[in-house]
Amino acid sequence: MTTVLTSQENARIDACIEAHRKMPGALLPVLHAIQNDLGYVPEEAYPQIAHALALSVAEVHGVVTFYHHFRRHPVGKHVLQICRAESCQAMGAEKLEAHVKSALGIDYHQTTADGAITLEPVYCLGNCACSPAVLMDEELYGRVDSQKIEAIIHEARVSA
Amino acid sequence: MIKVYVPRDSTALSLGADKTAAAIVAEAQKRNIQIELIRNGSRGLFWLEPFVEVATEKGRVAFAPVQPKDVPGLFDADFLHSGAHPLYLGLTEELSWLKKQQRLTFARVGITDPVSLQDYIAHDGYKGLANALNMSGADIVKVVTDSGLRGRGGAAFPTGIKWNTVLNAPAEQKYIVCNADEGDSGTYSDRMVMEDDPYVLIEGMTIAGVAVGATQGYIYLRSEYPHALKVLNEAIEKATQAGYLGDNICGSGKAFHLEVRRAAGAYVCGEETSLLESLEGKRGLVRFKPPLPAIEGLFGKPTVVNNVISLATIPIILDKGAQFYADYGMGRSRGTLPIQLAGNLKQGGLVELAFGATLRELLYDFGGGSATGKPIRAVQVGGPLGAYLPESQFDTPLDYEEFSKIWAVLGHGGIVAFDETVDMAKMARYAFEFCAIESCGKCTPCRIGSTRGVEVMDKIAASKQENPSSHAKHIQLVRDLSDTMLNGSLCALGGMTPYPVLSALNHFPEDFGLNKKEVAA
Repeated sequence: MTTVLTSQENARIDACIEAHRKMPGALLPVLHAIQNDLGYVPEEAYPQIAHALALSVAEVHGVVTFYHHFRRHPVGKHVLQICRAESCQAMGAEKLEAHVKSALGIDYHQTTADGAITLEPVYCLGNCACSPAVLMDEELYGRVDSQKIEAIIHEARVSA
Repeated sequence: MIKVYVPRDSTALSLGADKTAAAIVAEAQKRNIQIELIRNGSRGLFWLEPFVEVATEKGRVAFAPVQPKDVPGLFDADFLHSGAHPLYLGLTEELSWLKKQQRLTFARVGITDPVSLQDYIAHDGYKGLANALNMSGADIVKVVTDSGLRGRGGAAFPTGIKWNTVLNAPAEQKYIVCNADEGDSGTYSDRMVMEDDPYVLIEGMTIAGVAVGATQGYIYLRSEYPHALKVLNEAIEKATQAGYLGDNICGSGKAFHLEVRRAAGAYVCGEETSLLESLEGKRGLVRFKPPLPAIEGLFGKPTVVNNVISLATIPIILDKGAQFYADYGMGRSRGTLPIQLAGNLKQGGLVELAFGATLRELLYDFGGGSATGKPIRAVQVGGPLGAYLPESQFDTPLDYEEFSKIWAVLGHGGIVAFDETVDMAKMARYAFEFCAIESCGKCTPCRIGSTRGVEVMDKIAASKQENPSSHAKHIQLVRDLSDTMLNGSLCALGGMTPYPVLSALNHFPEDFGLNKKEVAA
């Protein structure tokens, strides 16, 4: 998938690179900054990043693809992460994830047709005393059942 | 003005603490009552969050769990003066769940305002550093060694010995790296320390820096902890302004700088060499050892890599002395372990106890049994790479050596309970699946073995009923594969995945379509 970045997006990427390039081990901070700003790390930005940090494009690609956190494609307005780890499984996470998938009509790593929500699995949110847990953007929820998740999704959809 | 406490810990927030806090403030305004709202850390009684406390002359009293709809009623009952209310729990300190604990590392957690440096200092904060600054590096290391503290991340390597190696490694630059990539399911004690008492970690790292001669520290924090990131950055900023970090800490002439680095969702980066690669801006591939990170660590320099809890335990050891800490515990497991109760338990939360308590005490006395009310069938201790234990092993004391005797691990102290509805063959399959998702790919047993493991578990599920001869063959394959991974993997990810797999198979053979006798042989 290739998209052409607008000059404005390119300028934002340059700003992210510039703000972090001098840090020791700068690549992860640079990638975080770009993703925080654009929502993902566009492949078209690899040459810029590589050049600034004196790396090869292959090295940048290798790092972006190694870490689950970095996304290579634009995501929906909101990202819903459902914990799949053992503690949440012990409290019915499988049922919850099946419910969410059918309610949203999508599988993991997909975005709803209206572009509102991207669904992703996550392995532990550190909320294991109140499983199952989900993270909507940066908002954590505990003891989530199908009713509660519907409310969380609804709230995200109506918010700007 | 009456002080009201509403926690800001993630778990409390996940159950609506912000809304509860807002409701209390609004209701007080409406009734023209002056209160001072403090957003403290959590006491760790997570099943009772949002856990509201009110300061009284006798001490803090608790009302929990408080939802916004309860707030008008609380004011009607005059909860600000301990008025009678169904949610009233009495003095917090007298709650038996807390009273039975031995909180050393977590001494301040839930009591103080996490980002208030004043509060930290008023509650014995920075006493350890004050002592350390009057000691030689070798003396500090000796105190840590004598305390018996072992790495709380899971490997249980003596912290003092690690520090001593770095102390004696000559170099222009050394580093302190805090492993805050707490990725194990069922664990949240690192998160609690960082969110609820960040200065104790900062102080511990500063002491480590002073001890070994390192001037730069990094906290490698998992990306799944956005609240911890905010709290740590705010605390570091305040500590720097107050002269507890920087070029001249507390006027000692010694420098220590600290920075939080966000991880990016790779479980394997909890392995120390993979973590160092990641901090250097690379893929988190596990390094061969030797060289040890203590000799050639971050950017090739001598580096202390310690878990959050290990580092957060340093201040109390330097404050109260090695013997004080070593007096807790059993055998070679000295001190206390912050235990995290998780999964299917009625009363999940943080329990810090001296080593030696049994699983049964934790599951039933503290945990209150399963949340669903069904019998607890299996318990996984020590994260996704820890063994599953059946009821017959619940009397094992929490002690590193006692757990190795039954081919299990304590790991980071997370305990995940499952009721009788669990399918242990499915959990074994999940262990392989998790390993396949998270493998760094450097060594073959982990990279290929995990995927083959998922496949053979699927075959076992299929052949359970209809094909006994191929079924036995598949079971043998799981054992052979586990043996290869156990002995041939480069790090604990591949090397310990057989723990959940084989413990599930050995203790719960009926879920694999075998009868108990076939396995006992």
